[in-house]
Amino acid sequence: MAKSDNMLTKRIVPCLDIKNGRTVKGVNFVDLRDAGDPVILAKQYADLGADELVFLDIAATLENRKTMHDMVLKVAEQVNIPFTVGGGISTVEDVDDLLHCGADKVSINSSAVKRPELINELSDKFGSQCVVVAIDAKQVNGEWLVHLAGGTIPTTIKLFEWAIEVEQRGAGEILFTSMNHDGTKAGFANEALAKLSELVNIPIIASGGAGNIQHFVDTFNIGKADAALAASVFHFGEIPILELKEALFNNGIPVRI
Amino acid sequence: MKLSIVNYGAGNIKSIQFAFQRLGHKAVLTDKPEEIINSDKVLFPGVGEASSAMLKLKQSGLDVLIPTLKQPVLGICLGMQLMCKHSEEGDTAGLGIFDVNVKRFSNKVKVPQMGWNTISNLKSELFKDIKEKEYMYLVHSYYAEACAESIAITDYELPYASALENDNFFGVQFHPEKSSKAGEQLLKNFLKL
Repeated sequence: MAKSDNMLTKRIVPCLDIKNGRTVKGVNFVDLRDAGDPVILAKQYADLGADELVFLDIAATLENRKTMHDMVLKVAEQVNIPFTVGGGISTVEDVDDLLHCGADKVSINSSAVKRPELINELSDKFGSQCVVVAIDAKQVNGEWLVHLAGGTIPTTIKLFEWAIEVEQRGAGEILFTSMNHDGTKAGFANEALAKLSELVNIPIIASGGAGNIQHFVDTFNIGKADAALAASVFHFGEIPILELKEALFNNGIPVRI
Repeated sequence: MKLSIVNYGAGNIKSIQFAFQRLGHKAVLTDKPEEIINSDKVLFPGVGEASSAMLKLKQSGLDVLIPTLKQPVLGICLGMQLMCKHSEEGDTAGLGIFDVNVKRFSNKVKVPQMGWNTISNLKSELFKDIKEKEYMYLVHSYYAEACAESIAITDYELPYASALENDNFFGVQFHPEKSSKAGEQLLKNFLKL
């Protein structure tokens, strides 16, 4: 279905992996006194023109939860753009806590696959606008299958059927990561992304495969994505956000500059 | 300055409190009529579903209080929508402060609208030092129609009212607390009204 033209901009979303309240994988895109402090980094990204941020709690243990709440509170206190928190969220209470700390949206993944009713419960209680369903999928023999636990556990669930179901259950957005593309720096899974955009009527965030500016142009033009998420290309300054946005603008893609 | 946030259990208000804190002001969350009446400025936030939010307002009698307030009142997102006449969401009668109806975006566009869009035709002190076509952050599935009380227009599927003004009442569909520097400027302007 053709979507009408509008001025809503395409979003650029840096993703920060968090463990014990600190960013992992290293970040090195500007001179920062403490590149491991997610709050300092988040502020920096907001100032550089990021449209939104995602914090992924990769440890996501029970002991770690308090640390995560403290971090969310500090980010909300100091950062003036929206942010999503994901990792280890499996109950309505988890979400209630995070939203109370100031998160704008939460992202659920394995817990939604294990108990799809969670999506309904969250969207009924908090509104679909704050419910992001993250889907990790891998193309195996031509078929896109949903994977769990950071892409390590395969399921027999088909990506496109699952996407339609999460929309019907009240997801406000889908964060789609292609396991085939993640880490390759060879571009996003544009074919699957375009099909997702055709099948569902909620925004799609593209994730996995960002390596250069053209990949972002392609994921918006060909993949029809509403937002593009990346980590290392931003963290290591390989793609400065302002330069990226100018390039997108010059390619006729609406962006906030 | 006494700044209160109307507390009726509709959504996350932490970000609004933090946004004012960054500007050096404390915003107090309250449902006490006397505290709200005696504030210099009142914020009326809201996220979630219209009919259940309206029900909560009614249960606490705030639906009667809010339209009688005399100081500047700023409705944000669902707060703004509840200040309108009627919303298609849950077929909900609103507070009727703004003479306009709230409708749902059609499936010609992705719903919700989520992200940064421009505001234009700016017509209020609320937008002092904010430029035409500035970007603001929006997340919503329902919109107020463009009308005589529109003080900003945003285009998504169609041009609609992304901000409204009637006397001391203001409403914004976007989230100034999440709209970077432009949003901060708007909150500063509101404090000066």
